Amino acid sequence: MESIIQRITQGKFWPFHGGIHPPEQKHFTCDKPIRQLPLPKQLIVPLQQHIGRQGDLLVNVGDKVLKGQPLTQSINPMAVPIHAPTSGTISAIKRSVIAHPSGLSELCIFIDVDGEDTWRKREICADFTALSNQQIINKIADAGIAGMGGAGFPTHIKINTKPDINFLIINAAECEPYITADDLLMREHSSAIVDGIKILDHLLSPAFILIGIEDNKPQAIKALQQATQSIEKVNVCVLPTKYPSGGEKQLIKLLTGKEVASGALPIQSGIVVQNIATCFAISDAVINDTPLIRRVVTLTGQALAKPQNVWALLGTPVSYLLKQTGFNTETDLNDSQTTTMPPVIMGGPMMGFSILNEQVPVVKTSNCILAPSKTEMPSAFDHNSNEVECIRCGQCADVCPSQLLPQELQWSAKAKDHVQLTKLNLFDCIDCGACAYVCPSQIPLVQYYRVAKAEIRQQQQLELKAEKAKDRFEARKLRLEREKIAREEKQKKAAAARKVAMNKKTPAAGAAKSAVAAALARVKAKKAASSSENPASVTNNTDSNNVDIEVSTVKNSAEITDEKSQVQAAIERAKAKRLAKNKPAQQQAASSDNIKKDISADTAANTYADNAAAKTEAAKTTLAPADDKKAKIAAAIAKAKAKSKAKQQGKSEDSKATGKAGLVATETQTPAQDDKKAKIAAAIAKAKAKAQAKALAKKQAGHTEQALIEEDLTTEKQATIDNKVTTSAQAEQTDTKPQTQRTTAPENNLAADDKKARIAATVAKAKAKAKAAAKAQAKIDAAENSIDTENTNEERQ
Amino acid sequence: MINILIAIVILGIIAALFGALLGYASVKYHVEGDPIVEQLDALLPQTQCGQCGYPGCKPYAEAVANGELINKCAPGGEDTIKKIADLMGVEVQPLDESHEQDSSSNGPKVAFIIEADCIGCTKCIQACPVDAIMGAAKQMHTVIADECTGCDLCVAPCPVDCIEMREIPDTPQSWQWDLNKIAVKQLS
Repeated sequence: MESIIQRITQGKFWPFHGGIHPPEQKHFTCDKPIRQLPLPKQLIVPLQQHIGRQGDLLVNVGDKVLKGQPLTQSINPMAVPIHAPTSGTISAIKRSVIAHPSGLSELCIFIDVDGEDTWRKREICADFTALSNQQIINKIADAGIAGMGGAGFPTHIKINTKPDINFLIINAAECEPYITADDLLMREHSSAIVDGIKILDHLLSPAFILIGIEDNKPQAIKALQQATQSIEKVNVCVLPTKYPSGGEKQLIKLLTGKEVASGALPIQSGIVVQNIATCFAISDAVINDTPLIRRVVTLTGQALAKPQNVWALLGTPVSYLLKQTGFNTETDLNDSQTTTMPPVIMGGPMMGFSILNEQVPVVKTSNCILAPSKTEMPSAFDHNSNEVECIRCGQCADVCPSQLLPQELQWSAKAKDHVQLTKLNLFDCIDCGACAYVCPSQIPLVQYYRVAKAEIRQQQQLELKAEKAKDRFEARKLRLEREKIAREEKQKKAAAARKVAMNKKTPAAGAAKSAVAAALARVKAKKAASSSENPASVTNNTDSNNVDIEVSTVKNSAEITDEKSQVQAAIERAKAKRLAKNKPAQQQAASSDNIKKDISADTAANTYADNAAAKTEAAKTTLAPADDKKAKIAAAIAKAKAKSKAKQQGKSEDSKATGKAGLVATETQTPAQDDKKAKIAAAIAKAKAKAQAKALAKKQAGHTEQALIEEDLTTEKQATIDNKVTTSAQAEQTDTKPQTQRTTAPENNLAADDKKARIAATVAKAKAKAKAAAKAQAKIDAAENSIDTENTNEERQ
Repeated sequence: MINILIAIVILGIIAALFGALLGYASVKYHVEGDPIVEQLDALLPQTQCGQCGYPGCKPYAEAVANGELINKCAPGGEDTIKKIADLMGVEVQPLDESHEQDSSSNGPKVAFIIEADCIGCTKCIQACPVDAIMGAAKQMHTVIADECTGCDLCVAPCPVDCIEMREIPDTPQSWQWDLNKIAVKQLS
């Protein structure tokens, strides 16, 4: 580093490759002071005047704004605020042509100037060293300072760096022809510039500060040297004039001998480069609290009567500036014999662009407005390209400061061979235009590169977008797949949950499944009823064979599933037990056993239902005293119906049944067999069937004796059973005897109700009469039992 | 006789040796999948528009790898066809007429939902291949313009025709230098 300084003090530099020496043309403006212009009538302030993003609007149409008042703000670090350049009223916020080669419109704030130029409140900072670095950086950011050399990179980002800075380079080269804005600024405001340099020094603490300035500005050099005498660190480096020594990378090479790698930033080599005008703006912002609202613009060219540097407020239309400097449009129009506007170039002649509309406003990066005459720059008036074929002279490669191969690039650009262009390092081209300047074939080389660069950038954008779209598409596909699987899983889970709930053995879970079970039972009962009807009616004998047949019929008619096989096994078991029980009973006095079983089951299930059930049987037998077949059919129908209604009727049926039973009992006196009676009988049978189902299910779980004991819920009930057992047993032999005995039985049960007693007596009588029918009934019951058991088992599962 | 035998034996040994070598190499350097499909997919514009008749760009890439015509990608246009032709080593074919976009639409477009008309049916959301439409049932929907590929697929399902395709406006950021328009002149 010391050697670098030694070399610099000796006035030796590292020359960069190429470069040209175009006519300087600085004499138009370099000897005239910077002129203060009267306020224009209207200012057009574009929201975006730099690289990065535009801020959010802070003002509305009709608002009064003061000079220096911020108009936009943003939390985005790449956004830089803009400020009102003078006081006035916002007349419109609309799209307007901006200073861009495309001539496109962007959002602009139109300010009607009130002419008073009233400042907002400002706080002058006498000693910036008292401020912290962050405070200074915030001040710079709030002042909306962006690089004023041309690119317009936000300054507060450039200076907000962590690594050690070896060199702070102040770019005062101003190498482009015609432009003298920085030259004049240095001459007139050298102390302010030095203040800015001090602030940067305070912020970055670089090892050395180098001011690069071309030797064609002797007065500026002198002014700077005087102003920086007191600062040890600062070296004013007078460079030989050569275009483009003001290029960032070229200046670094010149001063330090270091080359910034392709695609890298100078900060990575510990170097920060700032434009001299930016330094002035920084000192203005930090010390005077003045945001960036004006800049020096060189108005030059032979088409202007009074070319001069002016202080132009940002947003001043170019037409106003040209008018102020005596832009002679008429002569130009006559000369060129065209109706088109004479060319006005924004920026220097090498790197600037023609503006298509004179309403274009001055922005933070506009350093020069060039209005050439036809003799001065005939190519600017000639809209037809004079391009001829490349003769491969190689001059372009000789002058290229980036050491590229311009003619190779040109061919690839014409062929739109983006891969080859990238290989040839197109993006290291700084658009200096040296190649086009020297080209004997007048090929606008730099334009081809600009087009190619834009195309490649666009291509990259598209590729990025395509990549994003692909990712999103893939993500969507995955999401749909995931959702499909999740849905299937959910369905499976729900089905499994339903199954589990159905198969649960706890009665608590029965509530949900009982509906299904009842439905299944109903279907089965119907089938069973139709199948059991025939064999039951064929034979009157309570033969074990018949029971077998019935059961097998039931078995066959039932659907064969895994569940069913279990049920059937249970039925088989139950049947076997019943057979074992029935056989001896049938061989002896037969049906008394069955009746007893029926009655006891009824009693155990429900004391109220007991009466009903007992009476039902009686009623049934009375209804069809002689006709076994009819009784059986009626019973079967009743049973089927009973099952279908078992659920809804439940307990409420009990009381109803009791009432009906009484009715039946009275009606039994008349042997009429009308529909009403049959219906009543059926209803009663339903209640009975339900009770039976309950009781028998229990009974079949163990031995008959055990079951009976289990059923003995109360001693009262037990007594009833005993009574009934004896009653039925006796009823077999005599008609009169049971009458009295049976009377006592319900008495015990229902606390001596006279009416009930009578009914019971009649029932007992009827029962005695219906002994023969009861035998057949017992057989039906057996069938019923098996079905009921099946149902119960199912329910339990 | 012996010489002939020796020659046969030696040649046999050599043949076996190289056979083993080749067999080993084919196992060791086995290429998983079909790299050509990936390369083709990278050339396609990834609009996922389905204009080629395949549900997305990848399926079309697979189809092209299996001999499908290369001229069915309307959003990709001639450029894409040329690139695919180079990759596949086939002749460049003109863009399939049935797949050609109407001549009035040159620039890239994005879908735009006229929000006042949207009834919140979510049909466009389901149609969007890149999930670029935001919204919920019975709520107004809107297109995330940055994510929209301009594939058109949401326009047809809309029951109230509130989706239209709008051209992306040129901004100074996206502006393409036009050689005929450039009036920048060099100092001479």
